[in-house]
Amino acid sequence: MSKSQVKPPLPYSARDVVLPGDAACHGCPIPIALKVLSAVFGEKVILVVPACCTSVIVGTYPGQSLRASIIHVPFASAAAVASGVAQALKMRGVSDVQVIAWAGDGGTADIGMAALSGAAERNEDLIYIMYDNEAYMNTGIQRSSSTPLGAWTTTTPITGKSEHKKDVAKILVAHSVPYVATASVGYPHDLYSKLQRARSIKGFRFIQIHAPCPPGWRFDPKYTARIAKLAVETGFWILYEYHNGKITLSGPSRPLLDPSKRRPIEEYLKLQGRYRSIAPELINSIKEYIEDNWSWVKRYLL
Amino acid sequence: MVRVVKPEENYKLPLTKPVVGVAGKTGLWRTMRPVVDNEKCTRCYQCEIYCPVNVIRVEPELGVTIDYEYCKGCGICEDVCPRSAIVMVPEPGE
Repeated sequence: MSKSQVKPPLPYSARDVVLPGDAACHGCPIPIALKVLSAVFGEKVILVVPACCTSVIVGTYPGQSLRASIIHVPFASAAAVASGVAQALKMRGVSDVQVIAWAGDGGTADIGMAALSGAAERNEDLIYIMYDNEAYMNTGIQRSSSTPLGAWTTTTPITGKSEHKKDVAKILVAHSVPYVATASVGYPHDLYSKLQRARSIKGFRFIQIHAPCPPGWRFDPKYTARIAKLAVETGFWILYEYHNGKITLSGPSRPLLDPSKRRPIEEYLKLQGRYRSIAPELINSIKEYIEDNWSWVKRYLL
Repeated sequence: MVRVVKPEENYKLPLTKPVVGVAGKTGLWRTMRPVVDNEKCTRCYQCEIYCPVNVIRVEPELGVTIDYEYCKGCGICEDVCPRSAIVMVPEPGE
């Protein structure tokens, strides 16, 4: 690279904030997402973290693994505390610091749902990021409402979960907040552009990041990025942005509107030990669920 | 009007500070070590972007360097490398 060329923001801007030696498991997707977050906002963030994997990853007193301000809060209150912090910053006239609620799927889809819905309804000026690893991972892989159908967890042991995944992004679209997006750790540049877009918008912004968890989903740690990409390529996870009342499909998901371009869902399922004993009729049910999701997205497309 | 309350002098709040290695030397967790062939590397930055521990640095002139003190040896860099320039080899035993 010659000196005249501009250095790419990923990875150069992502180098300083996430410090090495955090307490994450091998192949954890969460620090990857945090790196992309730091490439956009740098140190000027206040992360509000309820009980979730991230509260373990950033470490215990006297150290933390992020060069940013972190507030650890009780499980149900991430959106409520973030609203308060955002209002306090507004009162004090601080405009260059971004308040971000950074919660897992348990703290968003189950326990924090009421506070999240309240903050979305009041249109608080904050970014809510839900990283979705599809179960309560740090307490020992218990089922959450975001766990997909047929997935093994320690509380759905033999046949897997019998209900479909709760779609939180859809719930937030129903709140008509200014910005809703789904992203994946498999596509950091897509996540980067979505965070940049969110940064330029005022009001309540919600981003749901699909994050494959090696110990919880039972796969080799080195396949984190591959499984995240497969979830998108099979159409299981749709990358889109909701802004001004319409949905725009993001780059990796755009060709997949045509079902023949999607890879078979079995490729995604067979890499994960949590689907090892899934029944064939449940696979058909997952396929129908994927079709339903795509037809929902199509309705909002222009 | 907002009044900002400041803590008293010498009053220590139990606040954490950013440090490298909150979980200790995480390089000790490693069973497989990523080894880079900088001849094959095309400087595409994929390994650095996906590295969850933020220990890989790609520089156009120097190639790929890995901080083995904190690398956990997860192998994501091997999987995302499009040219197979990173290979995981077993760590030598004690």
